[in-house]
Amino acid sequence: MRIRDLLFVGAAFCALVQPVSAKTIAVAPGEGAQERLQEALIAAEPGDVVELAAGRFKLSDGLSLDVNKVTVKGQGGLETILDFSGQQGAGEGLLVTSDDVVLKDFAVENSKGDGIKSKGADRIVYHKLRVEWTGGPLATNGAYGIYPVESKDVLIDSVFVRGASDAGIYVGQSRNIVVRHSTAVENVAGIEIENSFDADVHDNIATHNTGGVLVFDLPNLPQMGGHNVRIFDNVIVNNMTPNFAPKGNIVANVPTGTGVMVMANRRVEIFDNVIGENGTTNIMIVGYRFPFQDAKYDPLPREVSIWDNQHSRAGWDPKFRGGTEIAAAMGGSFPAIFWDGAGGAEYTPNIQDDAPALSLGLKDVAADTAMAQPAPLARATSRPAGLPVIVLPEAMEAAIR
Amino acid sequence: MHFVVPFVLAFAAAVATSAASDDPATLAIAGPQNPATLSAFGFFDGGAARPSPRLIPYELRTPLFSDYAAKQRFIYVPEGTQIGADADGKLIFPVGSALIKSFGYPAKSGGLNVIETRVLLHQAQGWVALPYVWRADGKDADLRVGGTRVPVTFAHSGNDLSVNYSVPNKNQCKQCHSAAGNIMPIGPVWQNMAFLRPADVRATVKAAPALARLQPYPKWNDSSTGSLDDRARQYLKVNCGHCHAPQGSASNSGLFLDGSAQGAAALGIGKRPVAAGRASGDLDFIIAPGLPDQSILIRRMESTDPGIAMPELGRSTVHEEGVELLRQWIAAMPSNPH
Repeated sequence: MRIRDLLFVGAAFCALVQPVSAKTIAVAPGEGAQERLQEALIAAEPGDVVELAAGRFKLSDGLSLDVNKVTVKGQGGLETILDFSGQQGAGEGLLVTSDDVVLKDFAVENSKGDGIKSKGADRIVYHKLRVEWTGGPLATNGAYGIYPVESKDVLIDSVFVRGASDAGIYVGQSRNIVVRHSTAVENVAGIEIENSFDADVHDNIATHNTGGVLVFDLPNLPQMGGHNVRIFDNVIVNNMTPNFAPKGNIVANVPTGTGVMVMANRRVEIFDNVIGENGTTNIMIVGYRFPFQDAKYDPLPREVSIWDNQHSRAGWDPKFRGGTEIAAAMGGSFPAIFWDGAGGAEYTPNIQDDAPALSLGLKDVAADTAMAQPAPLARATSRPAGLPVIVLPEAMEAAIR
Repeated sequence: MHFVVPFVLAFAAAVATSAASDDPATLAIAGPQNPATLSAFGFFDGGAARPSPRLIPYELRTPLFSDYAAKQRFIYVPEGTQIGADADGKLIFPVGSALIKSFGYPAKSGGLNVIETRVLLHQAQGWVALPYVWRADGKDADLRVGGTRVPVTFAHSGNDLSVNYSVPNKNQCKQCHSAAGNIMPIGPVWQNMAFLRPADVRATVKAAPALARLQPYPKWNDSSTGSLDDRARQYLKVNCGHCHAPQGSASNSGLFLDGSAQGAAALGIGKRPVAAGRASGDLDFIIAPGLPDQSILIRRMESTDPGIAMPELGRSTVHEEGVELLRQWIAAMPSNPH
């Protein structure tokens, strides 16, 4: 065969596997919605748009997408509703396991497990979505609302999440993450960044949760050593919903009335937020205070910097063991910022906020919080160089313009 | 040019394969179109009860529980090819092979009322998983990539059980049959397999002599084949290990039940839940040694609520006998492992 013929065959083959033009697959609610929508998500090819009509899709099972470069698009978060109240199987409403997927303009309601999960789905975009358990905060609701995990490049923009019995917006074991312009209401944790690297969480509203914004690192997981997280320009107020997480989950230990909670992470910056009306405290920095067996895990929070946040009332009803006694000793109220003292003086967070701050002096993470030896934390006069801005691939930003 | 040549070679290989056999299965397996009906493969002669003699029937010593469905398993390999194996007993199938599995329940009239047949096709680019649902007349089955549910009632331990049997959609096939994002067979490991025809055993061992030296794995429900610990771990490996593996769908849990766990925590012993949500049911540990009632693993196996139940797919009823095995296993663990 001559070279020219080879080229011709090769080009023909490429034409077969690369669709010439992307198409739109339209799906409407009504009879057989489960199978029609699932079949559309399977039939879609890279570049295609699966367009959901307005109305309520009554679904009987979880949905899933496993094709790269597909956009799933509804007519709006109030107009197109994926209703999972009759769900009989699967651990989440919608599962995405492919790369370069855009999800936008629809709602997921009352899924039995998580709302939308994406696993190993790089460059995923969540935009203008609503994930809601419509009965409000109940222990019988699913765990996570929006749940990307094990992914690189994650954008969550302009979503609304309500009622998750764990975290409304949860990013786990991922890297290069932006969560912005979103609202988390009446979840146990509003927004949680866990075992993840390089995240910007900004311009969000977290209110009426148990805890507003959480930055955690946990042991015995494939990705540990969470670091480089910036929390800025958020409104984190009135997170006073009593903790409704089933015991056993790590968030069941989040005290009701927590603004921001950092646990066992490294290099976390909290600045330019409005934080207040949180009954336990506005900002809490703690070690992982449970027994664990994992030689690779570090339970200490390190290099946490806090500056230029605007605080209002905090600490009038601290909901953790020993909290009431400390508050009484301090004249009835717990400070707006506290650190448990994990690791000792060299781990002291850098605090420049104009707000009362306290160390509990619990250097040993195994010590009971009731054994606290509270001491005020001095205000820092300078802080280390800031973390860089998170930049996502341009195509992800373009997808929501 | 460097990019073009491999495509051309793949083309040439496909053409050569199809030219080598006039077996309809070879063309149907090669793709790229997924056949709309199961009969296109020629695996069955007009009904699930009549498999082609070209298929190699086999059983598993410890099978995956699927709502008490009975399963009929077959291997198809192209004419003139042979199954191989790696050193761990994992079978290697030539391109053009298929794994075929029918699911059904005993019919009142005797025999098996087959609901669906799933095929795993080994194409040149990798494996493809497809579900086919049998028609009411039982003569052929239709491709249902979107999956479906079929209400079924069957007798179990003297009672009638009703389940909304789930035919998985194509993506759900992959959720379990996935390793690092690619579709893979799960079951065919020699030590867990029993070929039903001696001639198939002889031919396979002849092609891969190392298989003869491998000890069979325990049967989960036969105490003469292994200790309680061995049988419980084998049950977990088969029923949970396809997702709970470092490259599987549940990799992020850090709970590894595929036999790869290093240390107690990765096996769930004394491990706190990560993303269990309400499935934790106010319990602290996946496995609380000595305390099955305090173990999230047991709670999730005993639930049929989709937000709690494990496995997530293919189970809408409780496997009482499997739960009992794991209860005994956990109860026998010393309550303080340190």
